[in-house]
Amino acid sequence: MRGFLNVVHGVAWRSIHNTLVNPAVLVPSLIFPLFFLIAFAGGLSRISDVPDFHYAAGYTSFQFVFVFLQSAAFGGVFTGFAIARDFDSGFARRLMLSAPRRSGIIAGYAVGALLRWAITGTVVTIAALIAGMNVYGSGIDLFGLLGLGVMMNLVAALWACAIAMFLRTEQAGALIQMPVFVLLFLAPVYVPLSLLTGWIHDVANLNPVTAVLEAGRGLLAGSPVKVGIAFAGLAGAVLLMAVFSRRGLASAERAG
Amino acid sequence: MAVDVALGPIAAQRSTAPGVVEQTLAVAHRAVIRTLRQRALLIFPMIFPLILFAINGSALSAATHIPRFPTSNYRDFLIAMPFIQGAMFVSISAGVDLARDIESGFMNRLALTPLRSEAMLVGQLGGALVIGVIQAIVYLLVGVATGVTFASGVGGAILVIGISILIAFAFASLGELLALRFGTGEAVQSIFPLLFVTLFLSSSSLPRNLIKADWFREVATYNPVSYLLESLRSLVITGWNAQALELGIGFAVALLVITVALSQRVMKSRLARL
Repeated sequence: MRGFLNVVHGVAWRSIHNTLVNPAVLVPSLIFPLFFLIAFAGGLSRISDVPDFHYAAGYTSFQFVFVFLQSAAFGGVFTGFAIARDFDSGFARRLMLSAPRRSGIIAGYAVGALLRWAITGTVVTIAALIAGMNVYGSGIDLFGLLGLGVMMNLVAALWACAIAMFLRTEQAGALIQMPVFVLLFLAPVYVPLSLLTGWIHDVANLNPVTAVLEAGRGLLAGSPVKVGIAFAGLAGAVLLMAVFSRRGLASAERAG
Repeated sequence: MAVDVALGPIAAQRSTAPGVVEQTLAVAHRAVIRTLRQRALLIFPMIFPLILFAINGSALSAATHIPRFPTSNYRDFLIAMPFIQGAMFVSISAGVDLARDIESGFMNRLALTPLRSEAMLVGQLGGALVIGVIQAIVYLLVGVATGVTFASGVGGAILVIGISILIAFAFASLGELLALRFGTGEAVQSIFPLLFVTLFLSSSSLPRNLIKADWFREVATYNPVSYLLESLRSLVITGWNAQALELGIGFAVALLVITVALSQRVMKSRLARL
């Protein structure tokens, strides 16, 4: 157990250290969610005038939840890029040789992703509050929203870790990023599910991210909906991705 | 006499050296071949804007219920966006290609040849031109297939292709300038988020007069990308709107002229003959 924790500590520390000392890594992960918040909450705020759009906390709050969860997911995705880079540079192979418990590598990267998102999530929240976001949820509701973000981050980090370990090249970036991006945008991003029409409504209805997004928006507005479904779905996804990432690690071990 | 002998071969070389047009075509030929060999460069930048078009075209269709929205089909409004997004991707691929030539030392070797800098600059854009043409045609066909109708008719659709190629060319030239200035592909790629910001801080999702936040509307009004979008959009929604076309084409030409002029200045130091 101690060996496992040592590996987790070492990998997580390196991950967050590399993020903090390298502006080329830190700045995009900060800028992207901020500009999504600005573009969506600022540029699209007229959407709240669409008939039957009802969200008590206002459009900035409506969009904040999406951007908050998106930043959580992309905290994991960006960590996947770093893992792929570690394989390209040869560092990951040396890491696997020296780690007494290799599963600690996955856990370490996941902790690194969480710490990375702690920075981004804080910045996005402060920016949204400055932009006039209304928060109607109680402390427990907000804790629930935070929990959704943490689990979203974990799912994305494990996914990214698995793909990076299976492919072991920086060219895996598109494959890590695209499914997460598409899944997020196939949820009701701009308007509530009830206002979507056509194929996007059917897809959003089936998309598991929709429940997470609706739960988050409900928690921020102080009227929780689908919270149990959202947490259960995310817990299932964490388990699935944990197995997937372990298989990715096994693939990397076999490759030597 | 000795001087004449020394200058003889150089003078002979000068008389047989290819002209600027031939030099440009040779560099362009290389750029086109290189682009066509890297299919990933063609596919990802082309597909990503189409994915966003497909998603946002449906997800934001409720926006057409906003009073005074100019069309009842949101895809008519949104179709301009893939063209601009695609052009921004072209800028990165053009810049990265040139940066690779700088990093690999190819540019240094070129400095030993009589190649003129303007031939190098324009020729390098050949690859971008190919991507720009393919993208424009694909986006137009996808738009039409998904129900986009052109108020300006077939002539307007053809002009959309022309303007989008011009915009792609202008952005590619910006990519070249960045590559020449910074010399690394990484630096060129790191500019991409900034380009994307300019797209999102424009009238890409809603008409400027319907943007609620005053500061956002102000930024979109001063953002040239809004006018690039609106020139393409006008041909789809309004018909032949001279002002929108003049502004869009004017900004694209201005971007092209400024970036080529600046690139030529930077190029002189890159191709400095020893």
